[in-house]
Amino acid sequence: MLEKALVGNNKYWAWIFFLLGVISVGALFYLYQFNYGLGATGMSRDVSWGIYIGQFTFMVGVAAGGVMLVLPYYLHDFKAFGKITILGEFMAIAAVAMCIMFITADLGQPMRIMNVLLHPTPNSMLFWDMIVLNGYLFLNAICGWVILSAHNKGVHYPAWVKPLIYLSIPWAFSIHTVTAFLYCGLPGRHFWLTAILAPRFLASAFAAGPSLLVLIAMLLRRVTSFDAGDKALQKLGTIITYAALANFFFLGLEFFVAYYSNIPGHMHTLDYMFWGLEGHDNLVLPMRFALVIGLIATTMLLFPKIKQQEGTFALSCVMLFLSLWIDKGVGMVLGGFVPNPLDRVTEYIPSVIELGISLAVWASGALILTILYKIAITVESKE
Amino acid sequence: MPMYDRGKVLTGLAIFVVVVTFPIWYNLVHAQHVPVPLLPKDVKQCVGKVDYMRTSHMELLNTWRDEVVRSENRKVIEVGGKQYVKSLQLGCMTCHPDRQKFCDECHTYAAVNLFCWDCHFQPKEKK
Amino acid sequence: MDVKRRNFLKIAGLSAVAGLGVPSAFHHLFDDAALAATHGEEHGAGAAEGKKEAGGHGGHNAESTLFQYGMVIDIKKFAEHKGLAEKCVSACHSEHNVPDFGNPKDEIKWIWVDDYEHGFTGYSQNKTKVGLNDLPVLLTCNHCANPPCVRACPTKATFKNEVGVVVMDFHRCIGCRFCMAACPYGARSFNWRNPREQYANGNYKFYKNGINPNYPTRMRGVVEKCNFCPERLAVGKLPACVEATGNTKAMVFGNINDPKSEIAQVLNSNFTIQRNPAAGTKPSVFYII
Repeated sequence: MLEKALVGNNKYWAWIFFLLGVISVGALFYLYQFNYGLGATGMSRDVSWGIYIGQFTFMVGVAAGGVMLVLPYYLHDFKAFGKITILGEFMAIAAVAMCIMFITADLGQPMRIMNVLLHPTPNSMLFWDMIVLNGYLFLNAICGWVILSAHNKGVHYPAWVKPLIYLSIPWAFSIHTVTAFLYCGLPGRHFWLTAILAPRFLASAFAAGPSLLVLIAMLLRRVTSFDAGDKALQKLGTIITYAALANFFFLGLEFFVAYYSNIPGHMHTLDYMFWGLEGHDNLVLPMRFALVIGLIATTMLLFPKIKQQEGTFALSCVMLFLSLWIDKGVGMVLGGFVPNPLDRVTEYIPSVIELGISLAVWASGALILTILYKIAITVESKE
Repeated sequence: MPMYDRGKVLTGLAIFVVVVTFPIWYNLVHAQHVPVPLLPKDVKQCVGKVDYMRTSHMELLNTWRDEVVRSENRKVIEVGGKQYVKSLQLGCMTCHPDRQKFCDECHTYAAVNLFCWDCHFQPKEKK
Repeated sequence: MDVKRRNFLKIAGLSAVAGLGVPSAFHHLFDDAALAATHGEEHGAGAAEGKKEAGGHGGHNAESTLFQYGMVIDIKKFAEHKGLAEKCVSACHSEHNVPDFGNPKDEIKWIWVDDYEHGFTGYSQNKTKVGLNDLPVLLTCNHCANPPCVRACPTKATFKNEVGVVVMDFHRCIGCRFCMAACPYGARSFNWRNPREQYANGNYKFYKNGINPNYPTRMRGVVEKCNFCPERLAVGKLPACVEATGNTKAMVFGNINDPKSEIAQVLNSNFTIQRNPAAGTKPSVFYII
């Protein structure tokens, strides 16, 4: 079915070549980083993880968000999701691919990556992360492809796919829980050491993933013949709303625990992120911005009139996605490192190289998504 | 049976064959001398037999590394009455001190890139 | 393809996977069981690794009898001998070719001098004794009995060896820096760039006082930290920093779980504090303030 991605109009090819251009530039940047070392980024001894790992964390969430389509459709027979589920599965594939790319970009010795499999270490959460992420990629690729293949041939998908689909549902929850476990089990980082990190990850994932999907579905409605259907989009909007409400509720809980208990370890990171700490405040503007637009978007989504109008619905999805991207992709990771274990503040700004490589990874994800969606749309439009 | 685009196909095929067999004909033209690693003059005995060292010196080094670094097993090895420290810098290189003339001779020829030297030193390396 | 052939292929495929996978799974199961059973034996790399994986359990015992190298750092003595703490740092860093990049972003340090306020963040900083924050506090890896970095490492590149040292295997490290996130003490550094960069004239940019050719450098992309000098312990020497204190007894080194050792006597007769005790890591470095 891959040949279906080779047929397209000029706009399609222009988009593909634009993405390839961004990827090539990023590849050159990566060559520089590979040669010089990770010092080419903005990371330092104190802030040893930056936006690579931040965006990896965020994209795991987006990948897990696909389950919000699979669960209603396959488990509860919610027929309105019939067309859009394949988009969710393919989005998960692109998102997991991006995760793997971000991790590889972040490694100091990427050629030694197989050491994780050669020397399995069950007590390490990174080991399990590698297993579950690759497993999820495999599951979505197999299920999505086989089901689409079946549609293409006009037959029902084979019976053995069903158990894999059912497996992918708890597996989606597990990938983001394991990613949360990377952070919330470390005794030295008070900002991360909270039981609500995993629930918050899941809530923001189920808001961010479907938000992106709604925006993509709206775009596809305009540039192709693929229409996921208003019922599907509206139901997604409902899911997004509740997930976002849960996420901001959990954030509120974090603020309460920190400031009511007055324990310095709990407060200091929130101080740094929202008010500045000891004169260091480069995260304050983005974090406050993210919080404000996130809350506004969530409130907007509570009103049916706003959800039913494509323009305002899209706007709230954009605002929410941006808010969650800043909160999780930037704030959450950097916050764990500030202040450092010696109570000092070292700030972090991503370097140009870092941004270039990140953009290339996003472009790669977009490329994978474009190719997979082109195939899906071509198959679906035949019927 | 007619062959469509015969010209293009045959040209493309010819270019493909040339490119794919590049390693073969390039080496025929630019012959490299067979590597002769410089052997130590006064020592005739090594930690292992020559055949074993030729085929498995990398495995031996890996085993030594794991034994020394991971198992804290730094016991000196005794072979044929001679004692050897389990170390690249302080063991192997006491008899084979010049990496260019010994290690690189074969490794450059075989195009097996070593990363030992990113960290380890030759004895009496210049400052 | 007719049904019979499909069924045959299905069964053949499953059998092949089972045939390859099951014996290997059993092998691993029994190996792990055997490893758990053999404690003090010297089996070589594989068994020793299994032992180290179980190393965390030592920390849960009330009184551990496992060999655990540790250190007592007497801040008072360091204060009495001006410049001694800095001497320890340079002894370590020059012996182990720790580069000096000259900026805090790329900084690598295995042992360093800091102050009470930043070394002991878990303790009260309120109404403290005059001059407390002027005392030279030597900080380094604590070689915890219950190390979170070892739990975090996905390749066992950092692991706890039989004598209680938390070791870095630079050959295996993939540079993921998970251990750096896990360490509650900020003891770990990463090689953000190549430490062996040279000027045009051949001098090393980051080793102003030259290199010790008897010890390797590290390459960019791996994490490093204090290793309690296993290469020195193996030949009966003390760690470089301890040796640099001469006979001032500012640092005492030994097996903290051996009641007859000198360090055990020091611990029994002095009030000592540790960094971040609430983290449950059970550090092996103790301080007399």
